[in-house]
Amino acid sequence: MTDAHAKAEGSYYVPHGSPWPIVAAVALFSLMLGAVLFLDGAAPAWSLLPGPLLLAFLFVGWFSTVVGENQKGIYNLRVDRSFRMAMMWFIFSEVMFFAAFFGALFYARMFSVPWLGGQGVKAITNFLLWPHYEATWPTNGPGHVGGAHFDSAPMGIAALNTLILLTSGLTVTIAHHALRSGHRGRLKLFLALTFLLGFTFVALQAHEYGEAYMHMNLKLTTGIYGTTFFMLTGFHGLHVTIGAIMLVVIWFRVLRGHFTPERHFAFEAVSWYWHFVDVVWLCLFIFVYWL
Amino acid sequence: MTESHETAVHAEHDHKPHGWRRWVFATNHKDIGTMYLIFSGLMFFLGGAAAMGIRAQLFKSGLELFDPAEFNQLLTMHALMMIFGAVMPAWVGLANWMIPLQIGAPDMALPRLNNLSFWILPFAGALLISAFLVPGGAPAGGWTMYPPLMEQFGASFPMVIFAIHLLGISSILGAINVIVTIMNLRAPGMSLLRMPLFVWTWLITAYLLIAVMPVLAGAVTMLLTDHFFGTSFFNAAGGGDPVLFLHVFWFFGHPEVYILILPAFGVISEIIPTFSRKPLFGYEAMVYATASIAFLSFIVWGHHMFTVGMPVAAQLFFMLSTMLIAVPTGVKVFNWTATMWRGSLSFEPPMLFAVAFLFLFTIGGFSGLMLALVPSDYQYHGTYFVVAHFHYVLVPGAIFAIMGAVYYWLPKWSGRMYDMRLAKWHFWLSAIFVNVLFFPQHFLGLAGMPRRIADYAPQFTDWNMVSSIGGFVFGAAQLLFPYIVWQCVRSGKPVGANKPWEGAHGLEWELPSPAPYHSWQEPPSEAVLAHGAEH
Repeated sequence: MTDAHAKAEGSYYVPHGSPWPIVAAVALFSLMLGAVLFLDGAAPAWSLLPGPLLLAFLFVGWFSTVVGENQKGIYNLRVDRSFRMAMMWFIFSEVMFFAAFFGALFYARMFSVPWLGGQGVKAITNFLLWPHYEATWPTNGPGHVGGAHFDSAPMGIAALNTLILLTSGLTVTIAHHALRSGHRGRLKLFLALTFLLGFTFVALQAHEYGEAYMHMNLKLTTGIYGTTFFMLTGFHGLHVTIGAIMLVVIWFRVLRGHFTPERHFAFEAVSWYWHFVDVVWLCLFIFVYWL
Repeated sequence: MTESHETAVHAEHDHKPHGWRRWVFATNHKDIGTMYLIFSGLMFFLGGAAAMGIRAQLFKSGLELFDPAEFNQLLTMHALMMIFGAVMPAWVGLANWMIPLQIGAPDMALPRLNNLSFWILPFAGALLISAFLVPGGAPAGGWTMYPPLMEQFGASFPMVIFAIHLLGISSILGAINVIVTIMNLRAPGMSLLRMPLFVWTWLITAYLLIAVMPVLAGAVTMLLTDHFFGTSFFNAAGGGDPVLFLHVFWFFGHPEVYILILPAFGVISEIIPTFSRKPLFGYEAMVYATASIAFLSFIVWGHHMFTVGMPVAAQLFFMLSTMLIAVPTGVKVFNWTATMWRGSLSFEPPMLFAVAFLFLFTIGGFSGLMLALVPSDYQYHGTYFVVAHFHYVLVPGAIFAIMGAVYYWLPKWSGRMYDMRLAKWHFWLSAIFVNVLFFPQHFLGLAGMPRRIADYAPQFTDWNMVSSIGGFVFGAAQLLFPYIVWQCVRSGKPVGANKPWEGAHGLEWELPSPAPYHSWQEPPSEAVLAHGAEH
């Protein structure tokens, strides 16, 4: 037993020579270069295309390689642990990215808007520059950036979306338990339910954006409220979309008979990611929609 | 010892890939580390060239070489190239080379990811440097990119933003790899508190990187959307505030300066015991001090913004928390000194750089303490005193530690010894002229000369001339460094079976020099571990 354990722990798989990282570097560079050219007006919108296409090619290629190696059984438990740790720290880096934008929201609500409205240590700005501005939330600032009036985001769809995401967190957990106890049928069903709920969330969010833009004059450009609202929910929606695609990918892997009750790193990684977007949404619901 | 013999035999049989594939498809931590170090060296000389331009312009008052816009571009790009292109990649390169050797691991934990984090860099570097070539030139608002000034630059604005995104992705992936390698691939018996200090400091640095690089990404994304998509983050008319950028940026920016210096603490903690022939004084205190500095780095960012205007309570908080950093930093400086106390000292090039680090970094630390005081910061802010302060911690601090690390481990990497006499020339020219270069800038700052300005009042001329002369000699002396390394790798005297430094300890010295292509394929035994740690 100890010998077998030592062997499993001892030899760590080190891949030799892989083309995928350089493809990834080129893909990322194409993405950034395309955006630069487009934003600078040096190239039309098609310059945005090569980056995402290369990225899609990259993800299919790199992950196929890794999945193939995994199915051949050359990853021992120690490699598995490396993947787990890497995924956790990657998610932590994502948390910090959202933290920057939550920081901007809190700063606007706690400091910059009250100061502009004549409260606190920087009240002088109000007296000198914006004497008629009263601090409120939501606001598009003393300059009424983006128009005189706009409506704040409604609670209805957001509450429904909260319910949807929380339910999807539950279904993915049920799927996980089904995987661990070997109930493949239940696993397939609840995993499918999870990504269907995810896509429903995205669809409802898109509908809400449409309403906001067409009927409420709530836009990215309507002052600090529109800015923080769309940047936070937009980055979150992007992450939900990515997470739902990841769920679809592992669903197809489940259909192909991948994963065992003991070893299913990819499943767990995706479910952690899903819980992460879930928690971010809860914070969004509380601080962007509710309070 | 049998282990190292076996690994050596094995090394002759390993199939090292040849040609371009070895580098472009690399998964080997040593190859990737080498590429990192070469990239860092290139950026060091490009950033250095920009610095030479700056010092040439400032040699005397009256505009001579560049118009103010060009001067500001040089200054901004000098900082970006040095911080993101030279110092950070140099540390990741050293981490790649040394961490697997020092903890008894076969390679980095995620070798393909490791390749990606390197290969992002040349693309990011190209995007950054080509900012000089587009209409309107490179950004010229300083590396801190404060709005609204930053948003007023032309075509290069998104180039720099996206270059920073790429550099950030590279750093985050590299940091994840370092953490996973250290937490998962240590040899059996290598408990956390038996790890070499370079590994410890890098572990803590990696946590800092993962925590703050995404925040920088957020900050520059806000700049981008404010500029192109009409958001109001930094627009007071829309309810935002330009000062918000400063908060987000410096929440990244202060941990960033510890990202640049903590691995240096690790290197110095390796070199000083070796050449004092004594174990490091207060190993655990060093670990805890590093962790304390890292923790404190998250709650001191406001000291960069005292003159921007902030509530008195916040100024007091940031002043006191900043001064608190002097305590763990003092622990480190005293421990290094105590390590040398009654040691059997010898002054080979790595030790020379380490001792210079000890003195000169401490000067930078003390001027930092002066800047931490709110009332005196009102006087010093935005002057050359600040420039002198952070160059003292970055040049004879971070850069000297990198040079020291290369001189310390180059015989391990290449199996050859460099020209010791030339390396000492490199050291003495660097150590003397770095002071000629930066010490007068303290006087200039106290006399009121503002930083980031292309011209100055004639009374500042004398010390600027001294500083520029120091800069030119310091810059020229650095050309010795690639020559020494090249000569060593090509035709240095093989070090053979002996350790190049007889006082050196640690697992890396249990392997032959040069280290075999695949290090520690089988983890080292407890006996090797104990032998490596023996003092």
